[in-house]
Amino acid sequence: MDICVRCGACADKCHFFLGTGDPKNMPVLRAELLRSIYRREFTTAGKILGKIAGARDLTEAVLKEWWYYFFQCTECRRCSVFCPYGIDTAEITMIARELLNLLGLNIEWVAGPVANCYMKGNHLGLEPHTITSSMEFLTDEIEELTGIKIEPTFNRKGAEILFVTPSGDLFADPGTYTCMGYLMLFHELGLDYTWSTYASEGGNFGSFTSNEMGKRLNSKIYAEAKRLGVKWILGGECGHMWRVLNQYMDTWNGPADFLEVPVSPITGTRFENTRSTKMVHISEFTADLLKHNKLNIDPSRNDNYRVTFHDSCNTSRGMGLLEEPRYIINKVCNHFFEMPEHTIREKTFCCGSGSGLNASENMEMRLRGGFPRANAVKSVKIKHDVNMLACVCAIDRAALTTSVDYWVPGVRVAGVTELVANAMRMKGDNDRETDLRGDPISDTEDGGAEEEN
Amino acid sequence: MKVMLPLIGVVGIIVIAIVGVELMGLHYLFGVIIPYAAFIVFVVGIVMKVLKWGKSAVPFCIPTTSGQQRSLPWIKQSRFDNPSNNFEVVVRMALEVFLFRSLFKNTRSTLKGDEGRIVHGSSKWLWIAGIAFHYSFLTVVLRHLRLFYEPVPSVLHLVESLDGFMQIGVPVLYMSGLVLLGAATYLFIRRVYIPQVRYITLPNDNFPLMLIIAIALTGILMRYIAKVDIISVKDLLVGLLTLKPAVSSGIGPIFYVHIFLVSVFLAYFPFSKLMHSAGVLLSPTRNMANNSRMIRHINPWNYPVKLHTYEEYEEDFRDKMIQAGIPVEKE
Repeated sequence: MDICVRCGACADKCHFFLGTGDPKNMPVLRAELLRSIYRREFTTAGKILGKIAGARDLTEAVLKEWWYYFFQCTECRRCSVFCPYGIDTAEITMIARELLNLLGLNIEWVAGPVANCYMKGNHLGLEPHTITSSMEFLTDEIEELTGIKIEPTFNRKGAEILFVTPSGDLFADPGTYTCMGYLMLFHELGLDYTWSTYASEGGNFGSFTSNEMGKRLNSKIYAEAKRLGVKWILGGECGHMWRVLNQYMDTWNGPADFLEVPVSPITGTRFENTRSTKMVHISEFTADLLKHNKLNIDPSRNDNYRVTFHDSCNTSRGMGLLEEPRYIINKVCNHFFEMPEHTIREKTFCCGSGSGLNASENMEMRLRGGFPRANAVKSVKIKHDVNMLACVCAIDRAALTTSVDYWVPGVRVAGVTELVANAMRMKGDNDRETDLRGDPISDTEDGGAEEEN
Repeated sequence: MKVMLPLIGVVGIIVIAIVGVELMGLHYLFGVIIPYAAFIVFVVGIVMKVLKWGKSAVPFCIPTTSGQQRSLPWIKQSRFDNPSNNFEVVVRMALEVFLFRSLFKNTRSTLKGDEGRIVHGSSKWLWIAGIAFHYSFLTVVLRHLRLFYEPVPSVLHLVESLDGFMQIGVPVLYMSGLVLLGAATYLFIRRVYIPQVRYITLPNDNFPLMLIIAIALTGILMRYIAKVDIISVKDLLVGLLTLKPAVSSGIGPIFYVHIFLVSVFLAYFPFSKLMHSAGVLLSPTRNMANNSRMIRHINPWNYPVKLHTYEEYEEDFRDKMIQAGIPVEKE
């Protein structure tokens, strides 16, 4: 609060500033919305000098400005990477939204999912029987494609692993393809795991509301793991879910001393980096499998795709999961191309719809915010004819599909695990000729020449 | 207003010093009392502020991870961009504090409207100016220590000879003074000239810059043009340091302007954005290790919250669960 020197390094880092051109979307000014009030109320200079010191009173007009601009920040942290003092606008937005929430100011598309998640266990409000029937639909699809009937279990006591993923993956494509990927992968491995209908949400819109609400929603994961008596927890592909799991979960609801340090039952790898939270990311798990050649992979089965990878803001800047998904993609695809240097890894651009702004009602703003990311996709589409944008985030899968449809038509979006399942030859598989989407696997590229950045 | 207010402020300070010393003869006030007072405010202010910051709880482990995390043993971790232990954090902080590493990564994004694309390129100007400004400032401060010590420590002679190694002019031209003036001027001009930066600038961004420019200008004037009696200056400053202040009237007024500007700078320091120098060390996104999955971070403010338990959930959905074949606790 005190030390920002307004150097301007953050100004052109925000996707909303680049997409809207609105100067008040420069991160420094987003923070200044809050800082100006802080100065007025809590600093000597602000109390005496007022406007000269950049202080102002908290009025209704200021609150409107807060609401407008703090719901134009997706808490992506890109500005924080460049700030010489590491000032994190995401944390500022979180606090500001928490304050707004105390005044009863929120948006339905955050508040609704939070209520659903609290009462029913997931953002979409899927009740237990709806979850099993959605899953039945997906296993039927898989059977049609591969000839293999998968029978996942729910709320099963004594399973070794509890699997938690965002509920969006159960509901709408292309997330459902990723979900089919999970089912196929775990079946092929013969993993002793269970889904939960009570803790049926990995994501946490509570964290977009208040610290307390985040904690209340998150508590279900450990509570369910304890009730079912599992050894450890595996988490699916999601962005803010992993920010919460990495930075907040253990502090809020730990210690998870009733669980064991995760060990992959397939490779025997002990995931030392998760020895306190006991929760492993699916990409860490899969990368380890591929490293030990535990899957029968034929990357040419993804040859109809020319793939690029979008780092989700949260997993890149709130965790550092950069190499694992890249390793997987390189193993399961022959054609992988990186987007320009300043738009990937820790400098990745947000999809424009994070932090609860993913509703269709926010469409114009989402498309503006999504412009810098889509623009980088466009550059690899022109250069390398890329037609598939891979990611490890449920919100990305939903939001980027719309964004690239508008800005870069012809590019589709897939979860990394979908690509894994595409390339995986399963035991008893009917040697399928389509991918999970039912599209034919065509071998148009000459011999799958390896082209990497 | 962003430029005029601070300009009026700085000119006012200069006028006050001249009037005070030349017309009213308040040499003792400007040479002894005000510098002492300013120094006390400076030290006490900084200590109080840092203690206040230091006492704040750190509820969560929130490092900004700017590189690969530590995960599987065969994946190379970016140790200093995504530190997982204290040693790596110290290195990350050192790179940040001494080399402004985050600023070094700065990029510039330009919208090419006619082509409908954004171009991102590396941008180092702000970093260069920042480094030049802060290091020349440090050199200037170190050089001034010679005025407080008798005999002058040899390390200061080294600083001086390095600073003046170009051997231009008599007295030897110190590069640091010019660099400081140049960099501060650049930083000021960009606040006026670059539209985005002009928009975010507050009067209290321009004030310290103008103050520093004025300090550097009066210093350079004293050394090369309007020379003052350096022996008397040293007597005064050694006297200040040994708590036996004695004012001689032979020092030119420009010295009093210079020292008054410095006094204002010191007194202003703890209450302003200049505290970034201390605050950078306390930034939780930089000074914490990203090890929250390995070691539990304790939040002193953590408190129990109301939960929706599994039992309550089963109450709500028991029939539906039984019908769907999901195991329940109570039939």
